[in-house]
Amino acid sequence: MAKPKIATTSLAGCFGCHMSILDIDERILELGQLVEFDKSPINDLKRFRGPVDVGLIEGGCCNEENVRVLQDFRRHCRVLVSLGDCAIMGGVPALRNMIPLKECLEEAFCHGVTLHNTNGRIPNDAEIPLLLDKVYPCHEVVKIDCFLPGCPPSADAIWEALLALLHGKPVELPYELIKYD
Amino acid sequence: MGESVGDFVRRVSHELGRNRSRLLELARAVQERYRYVSPEAMDAMARSMGVPRVEVEGLVSFYAFLSDRPQGRIVIRLSDNVIDEMKGAARVGAAFQEALGIGFGQTTADGLFTLEWTPCIGMSDQAPAALINHVVATQLSSDSARRIVEILRQDGSPEKVVRAFGFGDGNNGHDLVRAMVHNNIRQPGRVIFGHMAPGEALSKALAMSPVEVIRDVKTARLRGRGGAGFPTGMKWDFTRAAEGQRRYVICNADEGEPGTFKDRVILTERPDLMIEGMTIAAYAVGAEMGIIYLRAEYAYLRAFLEHVLEGRRRQGLLGRDIAGKKGFHFDIRIQLGAGAYVCGEETALISSCEGDRGDPKDRPPFPTDKGLLSHPTTVNNVETLCCVARILEHGPGWFSEEGSSQSAGPKLLSISGDCARPGVYEVPFGITLAEVLRLCGAEDAAAVQVGGPSGQMVGREGFGRRICYEDLSTGGAVMVFDGSRDVLWIVNKFLDFFIEESCGYCTPCRVGNVLMRERVQRIRAGRGEPSDLDYLRRLAQTVKTASRCGLGQTSPNPVLTTLDNFRGVYQSRVQQPTDGRRPAFDLEAALVEARAATGARPAVTPG
Ligand SMILES: Cc1cc2nc3c(=O)[nH]c(=O)nc-3n(C[C@H](O)[C@H](O)[C@H](O)COP(=O)(O)O)c2cc1C
Ligand code: SF4
Ligand code: SF4
Repeated sequence: MAKPKIATTSLAGCFGCHMSILDIDERILELGQLVEFDKSPINDLKRFRGPVDVGLIEGGCCNEENVRVLQDFRRHCRVLVSLGDCAIMGGVPALRNMIPLKECLEEAFCHGVTLHNTNGRIPNDAEIPLLLDKVYPCHEVVKIDCFLPGCPPSADAIWEALLALLHGKPVELPYELIKYD
Repeated sequence: MGESVGDFVRRVSHELGRNRSRLLELARAVQERYRYVSPEAMDAMARSMGVPRVEVEGLVSFYAFLSDRPQGRIVIRLSDNVIDEMKGAARVGAAFQEALGIGFGQTTADGLFTLEWTPCIGMSDQAPAALINHVVATQLSSDSARRIVEILRQDGSPEKVVRAFGFGDGNNGHDLVRAMVHNNIRQPGRVIFGHMAPGEALSKALAMSPVEVIRDVKTARLRGRGGAGFPTGMKWDFTRAAEGQRRYVICNADEGEPGTFKDRVILTERPDLMIEGMTIAAYAVGAEMGIIYLRAEYAYLRAFLEHVLEGRRRQGLLGRDIAGKKGFHFDIRIQLGAGAYVCGEETALISSCEGDRGDPKDRPPFPTDKGLLSHPTTVNNVETLCCVARILEHGPGWFSEEGSSQSAGPKLLSISGDCARPGVYEVPFGITLAEVLRLCGAEDAAAVQVGGPSGQMVGREGFGRRICYEDLSTGGAVMVFDGSRDVLWIVNKFLDFFIEESCGYCTPCRVGNVLMRERVQRIRAGRGEPSDLDYLRRLAQTVKTASRCGLGQTSPNPVLTTLDNFRGVYQSRVQQPTDGRRPAFDLEAALVEARAATGARPAVTPG
C-alpha cells in the first residue's frame, strides 16, 4: 500500500509552527517512514503532485496569494488542519485588523520614520500580492477539519495529532499537550 | 438670563435634596433645559450631588434620552420597530430627512431640529409613529411628515402639530394629555376595562388584614403580567417577610418590549385602577412609599397621572391614614425613565430609580429582599396591579372564573402588524392563537411573534397553540406577519434591537448577539451554508445560558424559535459550498481597499 501523503504551508505565519514540526527530533526519521511529503517548504516542492491525506496550514490569510494557496490546499487535502494560533485566529499579523489598511500601508511606505522611499508612494507591482482588508483566520476562508492551538503547538502535540489523523482516529490530545502555562 | 449652568444645577440639586438617588432626574432637568449635558454641567452635577464625575458621564452615556452633544430644540425620534417599518417608516424617514435637510443622528445648523431613530415607542397599533420632544405623532405618512416639519418651522411648538391633526379618543383628549394617540380598545373585558369606582377595592382590602389580602391574591392564582409570570401573592409574601426598616412598591410602567402597548392604554384609561392596586400592594407588604417608573416615551402622560394622584390624595386614598385606616400611610411618586429597554428588567429598573445607569444587578439577593436602596421591594407590572384591585373588589373566585389551569384570569394583548384591527384585546388566558387571529382580522397570517422580540415566533402549524404560561407565555405583544414578510429580516431587526439595548455588562450578550446577527445577515445575503444553522443554534444556546439578565437570556429566542418553526426558510437560503470554500468569504470585496490604496490594477490571474 502506498504511504499516506502530507503537505504543509506557511501563510501569514512566522515559520515558528514549521520549526515546531522539525522539533519532533529523531522522530522525523519515523515520519519519513510513515508518510510521503507532497507540497511543503520542508522538501521545497512548489506544486501539488496529487491528492493528499493531511494538510497542515500555518498562519492566517493576509493577502490574495494566501487565499489562493489555502484554496489549493483545500482542493487537494482530505483533512485540513489549522496549525497554531495564527491559522486559527490570525495571531500577531491580525493586530493590524484594528487599523484601516490604507493607514497601515501609508505608515509602512510613506510616513515611517526609518523609511527611505524616494517616490513616497505605496508600491504597486504585479509581483507583490495584494493585501486583504484584514487578516482572516483560515476557517473563514475554507472549511477546516481540525484545529491545533498553540504558538506554536508543541512538537509532541503535532506528532500525536498527526499520528491520530494518519490512522483515521479522533484527535484527542492529553491535557498536558494543550496547556500553555 | 443670569443663571449659569452651574447655578441651575445647584438650584435643581438643592430641590432634589442633593439626594444622590435623584441624579437621573437632575440629568433630565439639565437635558431639558440646555438640550444636552455639557462637560461643565457634568462637573457641577458631580460636585453638587457628591458623586465622582465619571458616574455622571456614565449615566449620560447610558440613556438614549440624555446627550453629551447639543441637540436641536425639537428632537424628532422616529420609531424603527419591525411594525413601523412594515407600515412605511422608511418613507416617512426619507420625508423627514428631505424636509429637514439632515440625516438621522444629525442636527440642523440652526440648532432647531435633531432627527433620530428610536426603538418601539409603544404605538405599534398606529404605526409608523414618532416622538416630537414629548409629543407623540402617529399613523405617519410622508405627507404628514412634511406637514409636521412645516408646522414646526412656523410655530416651533410640537403641541401645534397635535392640534393640527386632532386628538385621539377617550382621555387622549383630556386637557392634561392632548395626544394624537388612539386607544384602539377592540375588545374590552370585564376585568381591566370594566366599570370602576375609585376606593371600592381599597376599602374592601383595608377591612382585611394584610395577610388576608395576600391570601386572596394567592387564591385568585394571579401571576405577573409583565412577562415572567411570577405568582404575585408569593412575591408579596417574600417582600412582607424580608428584614427591613422600609419597604417599597414599584409599578413597572416601562413597557419597552417592542410591540407592547397595553400598559399605555391602562395608564390613559384606567390609572385609578392601577394606583388602587398599588395602594393595596403597599398595604399588603407594608410599604409607605411607591414609585411609578414611567418610560420616557410616555412622558406625555405624566401631568395627567400626577393629576390622578393628586385627586386621590384629596379623596384620602393616598397620603396618611388612607381611607380612614389609622396608621396606613402610603404615597407615590413618578419616576421618568430616559430611554433604555433594559430598565424594564426589575433590577435594572431599581438601579435607574437609585439614580444610576440602568444596569441589571446580580440575583440573589432578589428585590423582595434587597431592592430599592437595599430595602425590600415588590416590582409589579401595570396590568398586574389592575388585576389586584379587581380581585379585592370582586373576590378571587370571580377573577379566576376565566383562564386556564395555570393561568388564571384575563390577559391584555397588544396586537399589531398585518391584521385588520390592531389594538388592545382583553382575552381569557388559554385562548388559541387561531382565535386571536380571527378576532383581529388576520386570516392570512403566516407567522406570529408572541411576546415581542424576546418571545417566540410561531408558524401556521402552531396556530392551535394557546396563550398562557403553560404554552405561549407572553407579556401581551402579538405581532402578526403575513406571507409576504421575510422571517429572517424580522429576526435581523430583533437582533438589531437587542444589540442596541444590551447594557454591555456581560460578554455573551454584548458579543453573542452581534455574532448571531452577522450569521443571520450572511444567510440573508445568500452566503450562508448548512453548517451555519448549527452554529447559530449553539451560539444562541450559549448566549441564553451564560447571560446575566433576562435581556441576554431571551435575546436568542427569535433565532431559536425560527430555527425550530421556520427551518425551511433557513434551508432554502443556504448553499452547500463547493471545493470547501466558505461562501461568506468574498475575495474581491476583501481586495477593494488594497486596490484603492495601491492604485487600480488588474486582478492577478489565479495560480
Ligand atoms: C429586558 C427586560 C425588560 C423588561 N421589561 C418589562 C417592562 O417593560 N414591563 C414589565 O412590567 N416588566 C418587564 N420585565 C419583567 C420585569 O423584570 C419583572 O419581571 C416584572 O416587572 C414583574 O412584574 P409582574 O410580576 O407583575 O409581571 C422585563 C424583563 C426584562 C428581562
Ligand atoms: S502560531 Fe506562533 S509560531 Fe505559529 S506562525 Fe503564528 S506566531 Fe509563528
Ligand atoms: S444579559 Fe445583556 S443586558 Fe443583561 S446584564 Fe448582560 S449585557 Fe447587560
